[in-house]
Amino acid sequence: MQTGLRFQKITKTIWVYFGLAFFIVILLFPFYWMFITSIKPDTELYDMSQPPLTLYKPTLDHYVYLIENTRFLLWLKNSAVVATVSTGVSIVIGTLAAYSLARLRFRGSQTLGLTIFITYLIPTTLIFLPLAYVIRNLGLFDTQLALMITYPTFLIPFCTWLLMGYFKGIPKELEESAMVDGATRLQALRMIILPIMLPGIVSAALFAFTLSWNEFVYALTLAQTEAIKTLPTGIVSQLVLADVYFWGSLMAAALLGSVPIAFLYSFFLEYYVKGMTAGAVKG
Amino acid sequence: MQATTAQERPSPTSQTFMQRLSAWFNQERILGPALVAPAVLILLVLIAYPFCIAIWLSMTDKVIARSDTGNFIWFANFTKLFKDSIFQRTTMNTFNYALVSVFFKLVLGLVMALVLDEVRFFKNFFRGILLLPWIVPTSLSALGWLWMFDSQFSVLNRLLLDWGLISEKIIWLGTPATAMFSVQLVNIWRGIPFFGISLLAGLQAIPQELYEAADIDGARAWSKFWNVTFPLLMPVTAVVTLFSIVQTFADFQIVYVLTRGGPVNSTHLFATLTHQTAILAGRLGEGAAVSIFMFPVLVIAVVLQLRYLQKDN
Repeated sequence: MQTGLRFQKITKTIWVYFGLAFFIVILLFPFYWMFITSIKPDTELYDMSQPPLTLYKPTLDHYVYLIENTRFLLWLKNSAVVATVSTGVSIVIGTLAAYSLARLRFRGSQTLGLTIFITYLIPTTLIFLPLAYVIRNLGLFDTQLALMITYPTFLIPFCTWLLMGYFKGIPKELEESAMVDGATRLQALRMIILPIMLPGIVSAALFAFTLSWNEFVYALTLAQTEAIKTLPTGIVSQLVLADVYFWGSLMAAALLGSVPIAFLYSFFLEYYVKGMTAGAVKG
Repeated sequence: MQATTAQERPSPTSQTFMQRLSAWFNQERILGPALVAPAVLILLVLIAYPFCIAIWLSMTDKVIARSDTGNFIWFANFTKLFKDSIFQRTTMNTFNYALVSVFFKLVLGLVMALVLDEVRFFKNFFRGILLLPWIVPTSLSALGWLWMFDSQFSVLNRLLLDWGLISEKIIWLGTPATAMFSVQLVNIWRGIPFFGISLLAGLQAIPQELYEAADIDGARAWSKFWNVTFPLLMPVTAVVTLFSIVQTFADFQIVYVLTRGGPVNSTHLFATLTHQTAILAGRLGEGAAVSIFMFPVLVIAVVLQLRYLQKDN
């Protein structure tokens, strides 16, 4: 009986770590391959007689070429500016809306909450075409401003929905006691609620920044001049066609473009997972 | 009369205009709508209004090359699309792409969640690195796959050949069947962590006592999964799957980067065909009509989600 149980436990452990190894290999191999490619000299990269996974003389040439001969740094700056502005705008607007919908009673607040939830589900590919039409009529076509005002359309619903959950978790008595002491609602919000909400706001901001950094469809259609492109569209539309034997620098670009996101989120993994599952787990 | 009663009370007279304004603004029925207004305004101008424009555009023959607003042609774009072989192909592709990908993402994501739930060492570390495919920009990781699928230097081919798993090179993106398989593969790769981590959160929300009770009843592992884990995980699974169906159905980046819809339209999805027709070929009206076909799936998903939310409350 005892040995049977122990045997069961051992087989289970073996299966678990076998499964873990399987997912690590499958999910991370592409990154390994991108990294190896980015530091392999061209002579090794295109030499079919060499085993592909090994590396003899690592080099930074591809990175140097990327920085010196392409507009990578410009696109990096563009991405940072667009993501920062649209995240900032969306957090402010989203926090106010979330507070109102989670806390204040007024006619239609329920319906508004549901409507915002529905907009959160709308994929950008459904709306990019008429949006381009509207942006053109506003005279903003092919500008970075176009991205800064269109990104909030998917960031605000997301932030609002996420932050509503956080607001509901904060006891009402906290602000009520502040209001008994003579504070207005907005003062109570600023002095009492927002400091408690800070972790929630940070996680919403982090998530929003990731979403805007990764955005592709709007950037592809609304910002077409090479100098105003963001990192993903710049790399995909300007670098891919440039040269057939360009894979080293291309992989360097793809990795460097992903690093800020991976870096940010490694510090805030807990928040990130909470944010990602907030919609799913709590509904 | 009113004025004298007001003057008899000491405090209101000492109120300045600003104080009264702030008291008025402090009422829930005023402050509430005021605080949501900016969000509603942006969504009205940049979601609701464009959506109406899309419906109107889909009934015109507007092209980018001409600056006029186009002629209103009722449903001519749609009848044209129904007879168009590329559109028929795209419809089949989209359903194939979405259903197959979501199925494998769900199954493998569930396995990943069950595995991660049992891992005892460096839990957060593993959870962190396994989420990478989901958080990095899809367009950039798709470039990595483009290189892995390269017709000449594909590392996948070289490894599979070396290990003797295939006898000749697979032309990943070059034939209709393999191209669809390849874009699905990338979509599944990107989506597994989303399912895995979300379902893991769902698993960890199941109270431990239920398992202990099952143990006392002498339940076997399989019956514990079937009678405790599965039913309690259902709600999360439903929400995550619905969300994924909507997103996968409207997917764009992977196909755009890897195949641009080719070869011979075998991987075109509604979203890439919309882009191709409206932006690249300049037929705005027809492109808008294609994009409308992404709408019904969204509506179904939203209705199901709302029904679930109501049940939850």
